[in-house]
Order: sequence, then structure tokens, then C-alpha cells
Amino acid sequence: MNAVLEVKNLRKEYGETVAVDGVSFTVGKNEIVGLLGPNGAGKTTTINMVLGVLEPSGGSIAIEGIDVRTRRSEAMQRTNFAAVYAQLPGNLRVRESLTVFGHIYRVDDLKMRIAEVLKEFELEKFADTKVGLLSSGEQARVSLAKAMLNKPRLLLLDEPTASLDPSTARAIREKIRAFAKSGEGGVLWTSHNMLEVEMVCDRVLFLSHGKILLEGNPKTLAAEHGKKNLEELFITVAREPLSLELEK
Amino acid sequence: MYLVRDHPQRLFQILVWAALDIVLWGFITKYLNDVGNAGFSFAPTLLGAVVLWSFLGRAQQGVSTPALEDVWSRNLLNFFASPLTVAEYAAGLVCASITTSIVGFACVCALAFLFFGFTVFWMGAQLFAFLMILFIFGVALGLLGVSIVFRFGPSAEWFVWPIPAVIEPFVGVFYPVSVLPGWMQVLAHALPPSYAFEGLRSVVFGTGAATEDALIGIALSLVYLAAAYVFFVYIHKRAVRSGAIARFSAENSF
Repeated sequence: MNAVLEVKNLRKEYGETVAVDGVSFTVGKNEIVGLLGPNGAGKTTTINMVLGVLEPSGGSIAIEGIDVRTRRSEAMQRTNFAAVYAQLPGNLRVRESLTVFGHIYRVDDLKMRIAEVLKEFELEKFADTKVGLLSSGEQARVSLAKAMLNKPRLLLLDEPTASLDPSTARAIREKIRAFAKSGEGGVLWTSHNMLEVEMVCDRVLFLSHGKILLEGNPKTLAAEHGKKNLEELFITVAREPLSLELEK
Repeated sequence: MYLVRDHPQRLFQILVWAALDIVLWGFITKYLNDVGNAGFSFAPTLLGAVVLWSFLGRAQQGVSTPALEDVWSRNLLNFFASPLTVAEYAAGLVCASITTSIVGFACVCALAFLFFGFTVFWMGAQLFAFLMILFIFGVALGLLGVSIVFRFGPSAEWFVWPIPAVIEPFVGVFYPVSVLPGWMQVLAHALPPSYAFEGLRSVVFGTGAATEDALIGIALSLVYLAAAYVFFVYIHKRAVRSGAIARFSAENSF
């Protein structure tokens, strides 16, 4: 498989506490991988290490074969992200914000690309509005527009539809799915919405206490473990991870 | 630039305090000239000192303010999770400082000339050397301030603004370093701005070695700049180890 992201034996310790414990996985080209798990399972810690803003205690991360630890800037050139906790500056207009990040990501023909993402995320009428004046759903779309600006090979999305209404969330899911299927990129996606995960992801990884507990096809994984649906499986992972570990 | 264009009031913080200092010290200088019978004009030493001191303040704030804008708008994660390197981020702050320092200096000089007919340009090349000392040291102070905020969180912003005021008594802005008590003189000799202001007085009174002062001052400023940059990089690395960049918000810190 052509992996855009390859994570091997990733580990993060904070003193005695192990937040991520020997996690290994890949994200392939044209693949959407769901990183699932209860709060505190280590999802955001993993994403932060992939983004190079958190130093792993052990293991390695490579984006298109580029080691994040030694060639972070080069690896980030091929990556982008959107997260509910990383809003764009509220005091800049949408177009200004995209221009700033377009320069940082060294996007070619920036004006044209900004026009494309504004159209793609239906933000044209907000182009000259300050980001802080937009609704949370509109701000989420601006964050996604920024995340798509450099046509990343690896797109990291931490609960990208958390603040969106069902109709906008569906539209965004379709766009991200189209992005993954048509281009050269892969997506690592975290969400607590199991219905969404089932619709969007090709593969899911369940994290619990910093370890990957389960991995598989979101459409069949629940049944494989005797559960009614993915949500029930999620609740089992959160409440009784040991029972699933014993199954293994 | 977008922020200054959309919010011209941001220019006020670049200009207002310096303009007030010029007006205040301009009249003090005028008064001292009238009553002092000193046999020389106080303008070059006092008003000249205000012009130069305000330049250091602009250089320092030129670095600190854009970084604080990133803190206020919670934009640090977006920047540090991008291809941007720490060196590029610091270089961006320095570029912002160059712009605001030049704008501030031009305005202060214009005010000093318009209100009091005073100019600092008669010093020629030596003025450039003194400005270099103050700019480099101002940038070093700016990086130190940003590092403090990144280390202790947004509430440590309070430490950024008074840094120049804390240094001011030690560097002989308005009086020769020789009038200070011994322990203050030791500190004065370790601080680059002292060499700019001692140099300024040497040029005005035709005494001492202004060029030598300028060279020592520039060399010392570069040492401070290097130390401040190393400290800034260390604080960033520490934040990457602890994960504080991702968590940096209202009361968190690197």
C-alpha cells in the first residue's frame, strides 16, 4: 500500500503516565481512517505528535516517507489539519486568513487557489468578513478551507463536523470523501459521531488507554465483536476495554 | 499589516507614548535652557535621548506585540503545526519590528522637529550606530518578553510592557553612567543601551570615544540577541516536549 502516513511504535509519556503506548498504524492514499476512542484515550495526543507540535517519547512518524522528527517542516508542507480547538484568528477577514496560511504553506498561484476553496466551501460571500463574526459552523468551514488550501497529502481532522448542523455536516463529509477519493491524499479523522464514522471511514482504529484495541472495517467491526452497531462497540471500548482485550 | 490597516488605532500605541515623551521633555528642555545658564543646549542630550529611548521601546514592542496578537487570537497552534520553523517565526517578528520601529522613529523625529526644531540627524553615521545598538537590544528584549509569555502563559503579558522601564535607570538615558552608585555602574556596563547614551553625550560634548562606545555596544547587543534567541528556541522545544503548544489557551503556558 502507498502509505501517506506511517506511525510505528509511537509512545508518549508524561512522567509516570503513558498517554500513547506503542501505537502503530498507517493511512493509505485515498483512504479515510477513523481514530476513535473515549475522551483521554490518546487520539489528540497522537494527532499532535503527527503534527510535530508534541515530541514523542518513542517510535517514529513518517509522512510520505519523510520523518517528522528530523524533517518536520518538509513533512508539514504535505500535511494540513482542522480541529475544533484550533480556530483561525477572529480579527482577520476570511480571505486575509487564507492568504496568510497560503504563504506559510507556500501554495502556488495562491489567489486562484483561495478562490477555489472559497467556492468549494461556499464561503465566497464571507470572503471579506472577519472570521470572528462568523457562526461556529461557518468558522468550521473556514478552518476546512484552510486545511485544503495546500492540497495536503495527509489531512488530519479532529472532530471537523462537531459544530455543524446536520445538513452542513453532510456536505462537508461529502467534500472530504471526494477529496480522499479523487486526489493523492489520505485522511486521519477523529469523531464521536459513530454514524458519521460508519458513513465516511474506510477503516477505523479504536484507541483505549493509549493502545489500539481494535482495527477494522467500520461497517463490519461491530458485528465481528457481537455488538449491534459501532456506537455500542464504542461504549464497550470506553467502559469495558478489558473484555475486548481478552477477545484478542 | 492586515491588522494595522483594519485597525488604525493600533498605530496609536506605536506613536502616542513617544509623542507624549517628546512634548514633555521638549518643554522640560526648553525650561532648563532658559533657567539653567549651562552654557550649552540641553536639547541634544535630553530630547536626543528621548528620541533614541523611544526607538528602543518601539523595537521591543515591535517584536512582542505581533506574538501577543497570536496569543490573543489563539493562533499559535495553527502556526506551529504548519511548515513554519521557529527561526522563520522569530524572523517574522523581527520584520514586523523593523517596520514599526522605522514608522515610530520617523514620526518621533518629525514631532521633535516640528515642535522644537530639533533633529538627531546631525550625528550622522554615529546616529546609525546608536540606532543599531538600540534596535538589536530592543529585539532581544522583545524575544525575551515573548519567551516569558510562552513559558508562563498569557497572564505573564504584564511582564512584557515594563521591561524597558526597568532597564531605563541603569543605562544612563538622561544622565552619565558615572553618577550612578558602583553596583549600578557594573550593571550599566553590561547593558548595551548605556553605550548608545554615553556615546550620544560624547558626540554632543566632543569628549570620550563615541566610536569605541558604539562598537562595544553593537557587539554586546549581538550577544544579548543570540542569548535571547537561544532562550526562545529552548522555550519552544520545551513546549514541544510537554505538548503545551497544543494546549496553549487562556491560562495555559508552554
